[in-house]
Amino acid sequence: MAETRAKTIGQFLARQGILVAFVLFMIGFALANGRFLGIDNIMGVVRSSAILGVIALGVTFVVISGNLDLSVGSMMSFSTIVVLDLHDKIGPALAIPAMFAMTMALGALIGFLVGYLKLNSLIVTLGMLSAIHGLTLTYSGGKNMDIDDKAGTWFSFFGQDSVLGIPVPILVIALLAVLLSLLLSRTPFGRKVYAVGGNGVAATFSGIPRARVVFMCYLISAFCVAVAGLLQASRSLGSQNTVGQGTELDVLAAVILGGASLLGGSGTIFKTVIGVLILGFIQNGLLLVGLAFYVQYVVTWVIIILAVWLDIAAKRGRLLSPIA
Amino acid sequence: MTDIPALRLQDIVKTFPGVRALDGVSFQVMPGEVHALLGENGAGKSTLMKVLGGIHQPDEGKIFIAEQPAIMKSPLDAKSKGVVFIHQELSLADELSAAENIYLGELPRKSFGRVDWKTLYEKSDAILARLKCSFDSRKLVGDLSIANKQMVEIARALTVDAKAVIFDEPTASLTDAEKVVLFDVINDLRSDGVGVVYISHRMDEIFTISDKISVLRDGSYRGSLVTADTDEDEVTKLMIGRSLDSENPIVPAKKGPIALEVQGLSCGDLFQNVSFKVHEGEVVGFYGLVGAGRTEIAETLFGLRAPSAGKILLEGKEVKIASPIEAIGHGISLVPEDRKGQGLVLGMNCKDNMTLPQISDLTAGPFVSDGAEVAIFDQYRDRLQIKTPGWRQKVGNLSGGNQQKIVIGKWLSMAPKVLIVDEPTRGIDVGSKAEIHNLIRDLASQGYAVIVISSEMPEVLRVSDRVVAMFHGEIIREFTSDEVNEDNLVQAISGIRTTKVA
Repeated sequence: MAETRAKTIGQFLARQGILVAFVLFMIGFALANGRFLGIDNIMGVVRSSAILGVIALGVTFVVISGNLDLSVGSMMSFSTIVVLDLHDKIGPALAIPAMFAMTMALGALIGFLVGYLKLNSLIVTLGMLSAIHGLTLTYSGGKNMDIDDKAGTWFSFFGQDSVLGIPVPILVIALLAVLLSLLLSRTPFGRKVYAVGGNGVAATFSGIPRARVVFMCYLISAFCVAVAGLLQASRSLGSQNTVGQGTELDVLAAVILGGASLLGGSGTIFKTVIGVLILGFIQNGLLLVGLAFYVQYVVTWVIIILAVWLDIAAKRGRLLSPIA
Repeated sequence: MTDIPALRLQDIVKTFPGVRALDGVSFQVMPGEVHALLGENGAGKSTLMKVLGGIHQPDEGKIFIAEQPAIMKSPLDAKSKGVVFIHQELSLADELSAAENIYLGELPRKSFGRVDWKTLYEKSDAILARLKCSFDSRKLVGDLSIANKQMVEIARALTVDAKAVIFDEPTASLTDAEKVVLFDVINDLRSDGVGVVYISHRMDEIFTISDKISVLRDGSYRGSLVTADTDEDEVTKLMIGRSLDSENPIVPAKKGPIALEVQGLSCGDLFQNVSFKVHEGEVVGFYGLVGAGRTEIAETLFGLRAPSAGKILLEGKEVKIASPIEAIGHGISLVPEDRKGQGLVLGMNCKDNMTLPQISDLTAGPFVSDGAEVAIFDQYRDRLQIKTPGWRQKVGNLSGGNQQKIVIGKWLSMAPKVLIVDEPTRGIDVGSKAEIHNLIRDLASQGYAVIVISSEMPEVLRVSDRVVAMFHGEIIREFTSDEVNEDNLVQAISGIRTTKVA
């Protein structure tokens, strides 16, 4: 009996290794710094993770469908700059839908290239990362973008206000997470996303329009990026051209930490949210214990590589294996 | 010959979470003996071989090579100890020459680590000559036929002083002529005093080549038989623990109206000017060699390939089928030849796989209706007698026979008019095979128009009302079940025209 119990615990550790590591991490930080688990700090982490989190929700669809999206950082810079620029030109009420349309057009382009033309998503989105950055700089002429009348616009609502005491960005990500989770886990479309990512050939043989499913995933990803751009622009009311730079890697890190397979076919919105929170708390914790912010670049990726290794080891049943 | 076993496994136990995959299995092969290892899918053959090859470590039990205890750390380690595997899925590098593949990882060297190409090619040619292969060892493996690739794999095994060679389903993709060559090689190994373990589902081969037969069932050893003193029935009984379900005799189909008619269909170089009819309530078998164009016809009917000429008529009306979605809409279903690659999403559960083609219709409001899905799953689980702990079970964990039933259930639940089944029992054990054959006959008697594509002649003869023989992309002849027999079928698919096309 004791042996079986030990085995069950071993299996639990193998399956939930990330969560266990996370809890140990949290306890360690809490002991090192009493403020870490304070309500203020927790709300701060959630709030500052909101923009990353919103993007990660969309990228989850892309990853489950068996593809990558490395263009989201550049795309967020684009949407932030565009909405700030248009704010003063045509007013916020028109600027927001215009920005959404433009961002989703970019998503549609990627979806067309990866879905219908079946080009490799790594190549396409790496190319788009660079191309969209160029597009943003061309649009802005390389200058920072600022709203003229920062005090007198309702545009700051999305990034700065609260409703019923809860900051709007947190409400936005919560609402979006619930909606997208329902879409992914409960609708026929969601099932098709898993099928296409799990085995695209079998999905085709089952009459699932693979190209259209992939296209839709990139459209959802672009929509989430547009929401993130809106939150970012509204919070700062001014921005550099490079505001989203590097976000794509943090997003990917969060999605992987949540346990989605880069091969596609697995992952959930809930897990991605957990991944986002883990990443947020780790980075916050490192700052609170007094490490310089650049340490987090190293630590974050050490943790991610460890996580991926443990995940694969759990599936293989041992840490090192002669076969992949 | 000595009395010391070339290879001996003693009381091997291996458990995985929730499964006792091997339960005290013992097995031995003598030098100069060809020992067939048999068992249904899931009986533990693969696990045993993985233990032997060092991919899994046994929980209990010992491995002896020539009575010396051995611990296998990895496949390379096993090889260095004289235990070599010839896998059914070839593990060769296509972009390297045959010689480089044969000595991969052990290329002969000159000073400064340079490869000694001259010695490499000389040694490789010598080994290939021993296998009676006529090709040059400088040839790229990617340019070789599957049979010759297998020879390279065997040659690789011969570079070490092999005590035991394990063949895992070696004939899966070989033609009859190529099989003869393979059996010659195995006979040579036998006379060289090597212990040969031969794993296969095919009874005829086992009785041709083996000296002894050992049987595994449910992870435990069920006994050994001397091949010369036994017969198929005894082996089958040992393997599945009961006598084989008798196959339903063919009830001549009550032919209904024509469900599908194909007129002069061509698709580039793949097949040309193909015409045939399938009636409701009838099974039409397509027989021919791999590459004869059978699968390609199925894929064209299912909208996966665009025909270059010809017509497809369903119930007398011409239809254009540009995608699987359209094919499904017209009532055509395809159970594809590659079950794991094309038929199933292995990471998904049984229910999700089964309802995949119609998932958009199984909704309550915007959401998938669990109730409707489970109802469909339950219905076809009962009808097809699928053995699974429940609908939550991942399809990847089922046996081959049950996986195939999931695929069949998936398409039956679409209520098709025409059901195409490509290689219905590939890689499926004998017990499930009979069940699937009976099932196909049942479907015909229920009025489905069924096309069965198969490379196994007994299968085609058993299930078909009519047999279409194909060679090089053309229909050579059509047989009724009365006139077809093994001889005229073999003639037809070898391209020998005995009579005019029917």
